[in-house]
Amino acid sequence: MASLVSHPDEVRVISKRFGQGATDIDRYLQLDGYQAVQKALAMKPDDLINEVKNSGLRGRGGAGFSTGMKWSFVPRQSAKPKYVLCNGDESEPGTCKDRLIFEHDPHSVIEGVMIASLAVGAHQGYIYIRGEYRYLSVIMQKAIKDAYAKGFLGKNIFGSGYDLDIYWHGGAGAYEVGEESALMESLEGKRGIPRIRPPFPAVVGLWGGPTVINNAETLAAVPHIILGGAEWYAKLGTPKNGGTRLFCLAGHLNKPGVYELPMGYSLKKMIYEVGGGIPNGRSLKAVVPGGSSTPVLLAEEIDIAMDFDSVAKAGSMLGSGGVVVLDDTTCIVKFALRTIKFYQHESCGWCIPCREGTDWLKKTLTRFHAGAGVNKDIDNIYYLAENMLGKTFCPLGDAAAMPTMAFVKKFRKEFEDHLDGKPCPFEKAGAAEPVMA
Amino acid sequence: MRFSDEFEARFSEMLTHYPTRRSALVPTLLYAQDETGSLTDEVIAELAQRLDLTALEVRNVISYYSMLTTKPRGKYNVQVCTNIACMLRGGEEILHHCKKELGIGHKGTTQDGLFSLEEVECIGACSWAPAIQINYDFHENLTTTKMDQVLDEYKKKGTQ
Repeated sequence: MASLVSHPDEVRVISKRFGQGATDIDRYLQLDGYQAVQKALAMKPDDLINEVKNSGLRGRGGAGFSTGMKWSFVPRQSAKPKYVLCNGDESEPGTCKDRLIFEHDPHSVIEGVMIASLAVGAHQGYIYIRGEYRYLSVIMQKAIKDAYAKGFLGKNIFGSGYDLDIYWHGGAGAYEVGEESALMESLEGKRGIPRIRPPFPAVVGLWGGPTVINNAETLAAVPHIILGGAEWYAKLGTPKNGGTRLFCLAGHLNKPGVYELPMGYSLKKMIYEVGGGIPNGRSLKAVVPGGSSTPVLLAEEIDIAMDFDSVAKAGSMLGSGGVVVLDDTTCIVKFALRTIKFYQHESCGWCIPCREGTDWLKKTLTRFHAGAGVNKDIDNIYYLAENMLGKTFCPLGDAAAMPTMAFVKKFRKEFEDHLDGKPCPFEKAGAAEPVMA
Repeated sequence: MRFSDEFEARFSEMLTHYPTRRSALVPTLLYAQDETGSLTDEVIAELAQRLDLTALEVRNVISYYSMLTTKPRGKYNVQVCTNIACMLRGGEEILHHCKKELGIGHKGTTQDGLFSLEEVECIGACSWAPAIQINYDFHENLTTTKMDQVLDEYKKKGTQ
């Protein structure tokens, strides 16, 4: 079980029931649970969509697309059944937030799926949880069963005449499945290979029916928006970046952990105040601000607000909320190698630029870090990454390319320091020592 | 081919969740593997038949997912994360330590069949790094000393 942390600057919305025993349905009901869905049942679908649009809620999986807008793309009339699919395949390195939501507040995800279903006119929803999170699958299966037992799910929910079924589903180890079209393939019992778009899932999704796919944290925020109102939620964050989000602070920090902070919170304060600063008297070298696929920021670039637009303006992405902090003992070449090793392992092999590009990058960076690099390798690494960018069915190719390009661009000197058979300058500096005493 | 009653109950219920039978495949493979240790030819044939698929279609899916295996593993599969967040906090040292203590490498199994070792990608424990999973159980904020204690616990449990 993952341990909880707290900081006075936290604004607890999604995490307000963490540690409160809310996996128990009666406890969840005491803590305002299933109030929002009853309010939603009395609202028109268009009003629900507008409420979520006006709240400024944007996809917490990483892309940051307006959730209300996404819902509005689902056609009103459809010959095929419509579906809502909750993406709980959390696997972007640096990200460990959905785990806490499932562990402490599974009913909020169910309630979010219910409200999304009402908004788009779906009568079936699925909650997909990655295979590694078995204990959370157990929690979710029980939560769903309890909701059925109370009559909150199934036929005629809350006596409204609306039928709604929600099911859990499990993965079996694949990062790629976190991509929405691969997620649908996996749920259909296939290899998780992405689909070409258009058509988009909102029009042709699961089993050919219109499908809304939202991240678990996004859906967990929805009941709070319906109860508290769009205006309240929007005001918690910055313009066009409504609400709060769970930031997973990881890496070289004194107090790593998952903290719920308002959108637009300062990255600098996140590192030095919330995260307790850099341990062992070391100094900050760089930050990966939103999961391993987001371009690295230098120590002098951290004076920014952590919302989608501000981080984009700084040349990176807010991504999935995984803030990975690197101190000055970290070898960037090694860090780039480990990042690309992951994408090479997880590339599904469907698109050639990604399959071949990640493999070449891994081979080149492995040789390079081992001290057998030549000068032209540096440009070649950049060139390989650049040639994956925007050339694949799904964003995995981009996810591998973007950080690699940033590492070369921002730390060229460090790459050069590895040339001509020189050993990695960081191997002796104690970088390999565990931080934890 | 016999699975546990719990497996059968879950399986028949899951079939009612989807418009196509094969949709139940991925989670079913994992639950089957938990009972049989690995996805043997017999398990594959059985599940293929139950879900109206060919054995080849099932194998195609198995080879995609990293948790699924057709080769037996040890009773306890030690999965060490060395991805970025764990790497920064000593994940590689934990992996080396496990290799040394268990006397096996990546995807190896000890002679007595008690332990397997695997270097894995991000397991979603970044804020509690370095972390591992033994089968489905998380062990977090590890040091080599803590790692020894964890291995000892499982050794005891496994030889009881």
